Amino acid sequence: MNPTISPPSLVEHLGRGPLTQHEMAARVARDIPHGSYVNLGIGRPTLVADHLPQEAGVVLHTENGMLNMGPAAQDGQIDPDLINAGKIPVTELPGAAYFHHADSFAMMRGGHLDICVLGAFQVSSAGDLANWHTGSPGAVPAVGGAMDLAIGAKRVFVMMTLFDKHGVPKLVPECTYPLTGAGCVDRVYTDFATFQVGPGGATVLETFGIPYDDLAQRLEVTLSPSGGT
Amino acid sequence: MSVRVCGDPDEAVAGIEDGSTVLVGGFGMAGMPVELIEALIRLGATELTVVSNNAGNGDTGLAALLDKGRVRRIVCSFPRQSDSWVFDRLYREGRVELEVAPQGTLAERLRAAGAGIGAFYSPTGAGTLLAEGKETREIAGRTHVLEYPIKGDVALIGAHRADRMGNLVYRRTARNFGPVMATAATTVVAQVHEIVDTGVLDPEAVVTPSIYVDRVVKVVPAA
Repeated sequence: MNPTISPPSLVEHLGRGPLTQHEMAARVARDIPHGSYVNLGIGRPTLVADHLPQEAGVVLHTENGMLNMGPAAQDGQIDPDLINAGKIPVTELPGAAYFHHADSFAMMRGGHLDICVLGAFQVSSAGDLANWHTGSPGAVPAVGGAMDLAIGAKRVFVMMTLFDKHGVPKLVPECTYPLTGAGCVDRVYTDFATFQVGPGGATVLETFGIPYDDLAQRLEVTLSPSGGT
Repeated sequence: MSVRVCGDPDEAVAGIEDGSTVLVGGFGMAGMPVELIEALIRLGATELTVVSNNAGNGDTGLAALLDKGRVRRIVCSFPRQSDSWVFDRLYREGRVELEVAPQGTLAERLRAAGAGIGAFYSPTGAGTLLAEGKETREIAGRTHVLEYPIKGDVALIGAHRADRMGNLVYRRTARNFGPVMATAATTVVAQVHEIVDTGVLDPEAVVTPSIYVDRVVKVVPAA
């Protein structure tokens, strides 16, 4: 393992950003070390797969019992017995392996996955994650594998827009939505900035299209710049 | 007890009683024992507790069983899907009880039932709504939640191939919950695409050994 080292000091990419979904996915992919075993959550995180070149040797895990999952199946390849966690038909790569659900989740819970990439409704500066339930009275609660992934993978990356569609920040001092896991998130990749989160609070590693000071003003969380004092 | 090779799905589900806990394999439609569920609908058993990852897709299989009002309670990890309209309606009308469990906890609770484990502590869900009211314990500096096994009266699973002893092999991601559910129920019924003579399956490749399986029935693959 030779993880990509993030810039020691904050970098402001003022001429670039906010990032598109694919640019965010590419940014996440850049931090996935060669040869990692990775689970990409359903929805936006699956885009990360498009930015992992084959030579990166990253092995994708899908919760429904497979390692070395390949890309989405094209018309002639669709097999109803071969789907991903989002129930989308996929393909298998050489070296793939199948296993049952208890084994698949033992892999997560047992700390064997290097990284998982999840979407989120909210992440707190302490690394709490809320991504399964809005808690609204009419909502049908559905957790799937989110809680197992959140506490199981060695490192948890969140990929999300920094603001919701009403402009409300999703990086927050405390989650108001029901938690998926407490203190489980390591990195948050957003369209405006990349953050390290955890017991030490939120550190900004880089910004996209916004100066650090402006970013700090738009969020309620206390930020510190990476490499700053 | 040796396996019974059944002539059709109706024979395979015969005797399932009202009020039973039925483990239903499958993840989405992969590995979903649709023909067994259709036979269960014809059988008419009601007041069922169903344990399955999802709460039915579209209008067939588990969704059809729900639609007929045969399910009193469902234990699953992910009921809300784009095509789970049958469950969504019944849930909103208060006509079906829901217990949501994290997917890995659901699988492990089934595994524990099959393995004779009385209960286990898991870090999954600690500090969340799904751990409310459950016993917790600090183990190695981390909060763990006490989880109990889920035992079925019956398991309905979909496998790829069986031999005449009841050994099973699966196909790709259709394996999912089949092998754990096969260990966790009093009566285990498997629908398969092919039944081969004993000795044909490679013993190294058997996923569910015959000891777990009570009834097998061949169905014609949908695709």
